[in-house]
Amino acid sequence: MIRKKKWMATVLSVAVILGLVVTGCGSTGGGNAAAPKEMKMSWNPGAEPKTLDPQMSNGIPEAIVELNLFEGLTRLDKDSKPQKALAESYTVSPDGLKYTFKLRDSKWSNGDPVKASDFKFAWMHALDPEAAAEYSYQLFYIKNAEAYNGKKAKADDVGIKVVDEKTLEVDLEAPTPYFLSLTAFPTYYPVNEKWVKANKDWNTKAETFVSNGPFKMKSWAHNDKIVAVKNDNYWDAKNVKLTELTFNLVEDGKAALTAFEAGQLDGMDNIPVQDIDRLRAAGTLKNTPYLGTYYYRFNVTRKPFDDPRVRQALTMAIDRKTLIDKVVKGGQTPAFAYTPGGIPDAEAGKTFRQVGGDYFKEDLAKAKELLAQAGYPDGKNWPDNVSILYNAGASHETIAQAIQDMWSKNLGIKVKLTSQEWKVYQQSEQKLQYDVARAGWIGDYVDPMTFMDMFVTNGGNNQTGWSNAQYDADIKKAKSTGDQKERMTAMHDAEKILMTEMPVMPIYFYVNNYVAKDYIKGIMRSPLGFIDFKNATVEK
Amino acid sequence: MARYLIGRILSAIFVIWLVVTLTFFLMHAIPGGPFSSEKVLPDQVMANINARYHLNDPLSKQYFDYMNNMLHFNFGPTFRYEGRTVNDLFAAGMPKTGALGGLATVISLIGGTVMGVVAALRQNKTADYFVTFLATIGISVPSFVIATFLQYYVGYKLHWFPPVGWGEMKNLVLPAAALSAYPIAQITRLTRTSMLDTLNQDYIRTAKAKGLPGYVIVFRHALRNALIPVVTFLGPFFAYILTGNFVIEFVFNIPGIGQFFVTSISNRDYPVIMGTTVLFATLLVTFNLLVDMAYTIVDPRIKLTGRKEA
Repeated sequence: MIRKKKWMATVLSVAVILGLVVTGCGSTGGGNAAAPKEMKMSWNPGAEPKTLDPQMSNGIPEAIVELNLFEGLTRLDKDSKPQKALAESYTVSPDGLKYTFKLRDSKWSNGDPVKASDFKFAWMHALDPEAAAEYSYQLFYIKNAEAYNGKKAKADDVGIKVVDEKTLEVDLEAPTPYFLSLTAFPTYYPVNEKWVKANKDWNTKAETFVSNGPFKMKSWAHNDKIVAVKNDNYWDAKNVKLTELTFNLVEDGKAALTAFEAGQLDGMDNIPVQDIDRLRAAGTLKNTPYLGTYYYRFNVTRKPFDDPRVRQALTMAIDRKTLIDKVVKGGQTPAFAYTPGGIPDAEAGKTFRQVGGDYFKEDLAKAKELLAQAGYPDGKNWPDNVSILYNAGASHETIAQAIQDMWSKNLGIKVKLTSQEWKVYQQSEQKLQYDVARAGWIGDYVDPMTFMDMFVTNGGNNQTGWSNAQYDADIKKAKSTGDQKERMTAMHDAEKILMTEMPVMPIYFYVNNYVAKDYIKGIMRSPLGFIDFKNATVEK
Repeated sequence: MARYLIGRILSAIFVIWLVVTLTFFLMHAIPGGPFSSEKVLPDQVMANINARYHLNDPLSKQYFDYMNNMLHFNFGPTFRYEGRTVNDLFAAGMPKTGALGGLATVISLIGGTVMGVVAALRQNKTADYFVTFLATIGISVPSFVIATFLQYYVGYKLHWFPPVGWGEMKNLVLPAAALSAYPIAQITRLTRTSMLDTLNQDYIRTAKAKGLPGYVIVFRHALRNALIPVVTFLGPFFAYILTGNFVIEFVFNIPGIGQFFVTSISNRDYPVIMGTTVLFATLLVTFNLLVDMAYTIVDPRIKLTGRKEA
């Protein structure tokens, strides 16, 4: 009797375990029989997309996938200039406030025609207060968009008008010279109104995913991979060479790099810092500009950082080149201003950074002098409890240690280090519960404004307590005019104030380090971190 | 037995309720919310988000709403993956985690028992030393080191198995091996020790004296008694398989549910934190109950009763 029970238990447990194994593996069969003339590529965008509903997403991994599945009114070329895409033509009113787009004939991946109303439907969804899209503010350039999203205006008041099936009219709040770049951004993509209304949660699985870009979704195994294939209904399909594009969703950089080196992946971003030297020596590492600045914030509401001379002294007393070569290692550019390079200025062929130039130098003698004037000669009287706040992980800690050391050696001041978990650190910054805090900013669009309007008085991303009336006035002026020369001048003036008052200490401008197999050609990387595979090819 | 079971099930429900409640309030106490980010959202956008996900409701109301939904097996939407629910995440991830954990269980139980028996029968000989050596490595080296080691040498250098990924049987081999390293070592040690103990018992000597063949003595008489301590280990073993999964899934990029156990916390994805807590608490309590019941099958001397008896 007892023996029988035991046998039953054994048989049962084996059956259960086998059941688990079989069901677990049987559901996802991976067949990759390669037919000859196919051209396939795989890339790791760094994470499982939070969503692929273009209006609801706001991250880089999401944008990378969406950029290749969708097409907006415009698409950015290799110089980040907007080129007509779904818009066959457009006109802008003389005051810069009204854009009229004529759509070309094109189809969704399910064969439906793309209509002007698809754009309106998508944009209104992003603005709908009920939908609560995080990136709704990307559309606040449109007349009454912000008011509607804040429940202060009706949906009908929003300046998006469908004139006919192929004509879309957009009224803006203020002249926005970079509006055509914005229409290339995922928040501005259309979605198939008819299909979306009939299929709730259409964007969470491949079977119901309808798009209008160079590629369409074939399968989506969550947290594993997205397989996209060439979309024959795409208006410019003749220029799409890849037949299949796979996004392997690997979050761990180390695991992804192993997969790349083992030949499971053709390319990836987010290279682990400890592997950068090795990859560079092997000649595998590639990089492109990235529109971002790594900097430290000073809390100007706390002593001793209420004194601009202290902030200036600390900013001048670190050696950025050594920091980049020995600690960060990614080939970044030392930053002597806040706005990074790569953004065109009003003058043709020149960037905003070239026109503005550097605003300060690393100068130890000057730094010591300023610190003495502020009442801390050679670090005397320096308060005990000053600390650098950073979030745990990545190289933030080693950078903070290096800067701590440089300040100590160069100025004789002691600071402590405080590490906090990512979200706790964000809250400390926002509530001004820090002395000096590590920060990074990646541009949302290719215009200096995405960097410059952060530091207006009480701006949500200011987070330093700093306020300057002239700075506010310059930003306001730049936002109210469509004249590029006038705008840029106002923003140069503002940056000069920012870099004199120094509520922030620029450290370096980002670069995007990545690896890709040599047979991968024609991928287009934007300084916003997006990757366009539309013209990519595999040349083995 | 029935009375004992009812008591155990009631206390299990109480434990789960306690864990869920504590987690709920602790989770809301940590700074930062699901939608806080480095780029601060305009106030009105944040207000819309809070309204949509009912994050502005009083905490007590959120708690009772959650408990109510939980009783209906509705674990809510995930805050991170727009349009998907916690139930969706679990439905997609459970079979994969189950397959990995199941395979690791089979490997550990069979491998551990066999190695333990071999070591005991060849006590103080080469095979014994070799097995003990392996077991010591398995216990002292953390699973993520073993995982990385296997991934690099067996996956990348030798090309025997794919270093990362999911979808085919061969993808399971390295993660299952890494996951079972620790339990296989534990089971080996336990089996070896208790097997040695059992082999010295009088009834084994009697069996030998009767002239029974060696395999009958080992399998019918010795092994059954030697396995009782192994059954004791099954409770912590399942806990290990569940929690150890996280690291292994991360290293090999396996789309199971182990990852949510940790990532949901850094994302402040409240419904997923709660969902994983409920799930893991329930599984652990259930496994422990099953292990206790398994005692009575393996060892008839043990009786499960509601009262304490002298």
